[in-house]
Amino acid sequence: MIEAKNLFKYYGKQSVLEKMNVTIRQGEFITMVGPSGCGKSTFLKMILGTEKPSQGKLLLNGKSFPNEPSAEIGVVFQQYSVFSHLTVLDNLLIVGRFKRNKTLGFFAKGQKRPFVEKALALLEKVGLDNVLDKYPHELSGGMAQRLAIAQALLGEPKILLLDEPFGALDPGTRKDMHKLVLELWKELGITIVMVTHDLKEGFYLGTRLWVFDKANHYSVNKNQGSTLIYDLPIGNNEPELYRELDNRIHPVESFIISQSAK
Amino acid sequence: MKKVINQTPGPIWGIFLGLLPLILIVVLYAAASDARLLANPGDKLLPGFDQMWNAFSRMALEPSKRTGEYLLWVDTYSSMIRLLVGVLIAAILGMFLGILLGSLPYLNAGFSPLLTVTSLVPPLAILPILLIIFGVGEVSKIVLIAIGITPFIARDIQRSTQNIPREQLIKAQTLGANSVQMIFRVITPQMMPKLIDAVRLSLGAAWLFLIAAEAIASTNGLGYRIFLVRRYMSMDIIIPYVVWITLLSFLMDILLAKLNRWFYPWHFKEQAKND
Repeated sequence: MIEAKNLFKYYGKQSVLEKMNVTIRQGEFITMVGPSGCGKSTFLKMILGTEKPSQGKLLLNGKSFPNEPSAEIGVVFQQYSVFSHLTVLDNLLIVGRFKRNKTLGFFAKGQKRPFVEKALALLEKVGLDNVLDKYPHELSGGMAQRLAIAQALLGEPKILLLDEPFGALDPGTRKDMHKLVLELWKELGITIVMVTHDLKEGFYLGTRLWVFDKANHYSVNKNQGSTLIYDLPIGNNEPELYRELDNRIHPVESFIISQSAK
Repeated sequence: MKKVINQTPGPIWGIFLGLLPLILIVVLYAAASDARLLANPGDKLLPGFDQMWNAFSRMALEPSKRTGEYLLWVDTYSSMIRLLVGVLIAAILGMFLGILLGSLPYLNAGFSPLLTVTSLVPPLAILPILLIIFGVGEVSKIVLIAIGITPFIARDIQRSTQNIPREQLIKAQTLGANSVQMIFRVITPQMMPKLIDAVRLSLGAAWLFLIAAEAIASTNGLGYRIFLVRRYMSMDIIIPYVVWITLLSFLMDILLAKLNRWFYPWHFKEQAKND
């Protein structure tokens, strides 16, 4: 479905991603982890269409990606993911307005009711059916993200991108969100690509875990970019590997933890 | 004892402290006026409150001997019409320009420098040009107000449009929106409360241009009246008129603020969140 062929991305001299060769198949749930600045978000932005590869090819179903965001790809960001001037229900109805009508976005006669029903059903599924008239600022962080996910799904994208969507949530809410995402993913059979900085989250969700890092930490070349260093099917990973990965992603934190353990 | 920075007045103290300077000014004025009137009952410079009240009620409640009009209301009406029409034109133009420049990079590249230069032209300096082109009637005054505040509103809306989180526009595109839909469904509604804020901030300037235009070429209006009675040193009319103008613009400001909270609750809450 998505194919990266010898993909490079650099900003000026600074190389961010090097030699990416991967394929994502329909229905996969990919989680991407790596230290900050490792290019995982850059890769996501290339799929989204807000960044272009500097070299190499990124293909969607064999065709080049459009250079701007399009309706084939849905996205949920960590924040600002919903429209702050619309109520919960209107945030979903606007999806119908965008899709049905190519000018100002008014529903044609008879189009609105079925769409409202569809939106209500989805809101019930994500547990927001009792706050239809609230504005996003009145929702908790978890509710706002559930709304953002519902909104993105209503657009019926082929691929859903999640850019650290649960980064700002507390652990309890995060757990609920994991459950919701897994449920929706199983039910809809959609392809999901997710960036996270939480390795545990990466292991728990998803069918494949991608770890981004510089291929060689001791390289003389300071401008060296990152690449995919692990591409793991999830389900049978040993704790030893988890520790090693954790150490790579959060070198300082795990150093402190191991020091304080002594 | 808490640090001064951390000491805050309670609600009653807050109101009292807010009123205190006003009361002081009134008391000081009354004392000074009394002293001058005691020395010279014909003094015109600091009229007493009763003199001002008499002059004001004469303007408001008695028809003018010359024209038979109730001058205060005629003045207020013509000034308010000029002000409102001018501000309305400026708001519509400013919103239109600001949103287009803020959302379309090509237009922005083409016209943003022009807008910046235009906003630096002192509007009063081009009043003579307006008087030559539009004559001394209503149009030149309205145009002066519109020209005076449109650049400010346009730049404010342009900046706010550019500050809409990029994520929202990306999200709209992933939901299938085209440029027209993003402008009408995402950008414009989010700019409405910003427009009201911008209009509130430009009301002071609008009054300035209105009064200047009326002082130079007019036959009625609040600004005209003040400058007319200046010839007779009628402070007893000028001071109440100034208070009246201040009251009007204060009420307009409050009204706009209330409208904003009423129609766009999300805007107000969001600001509170960001502060």
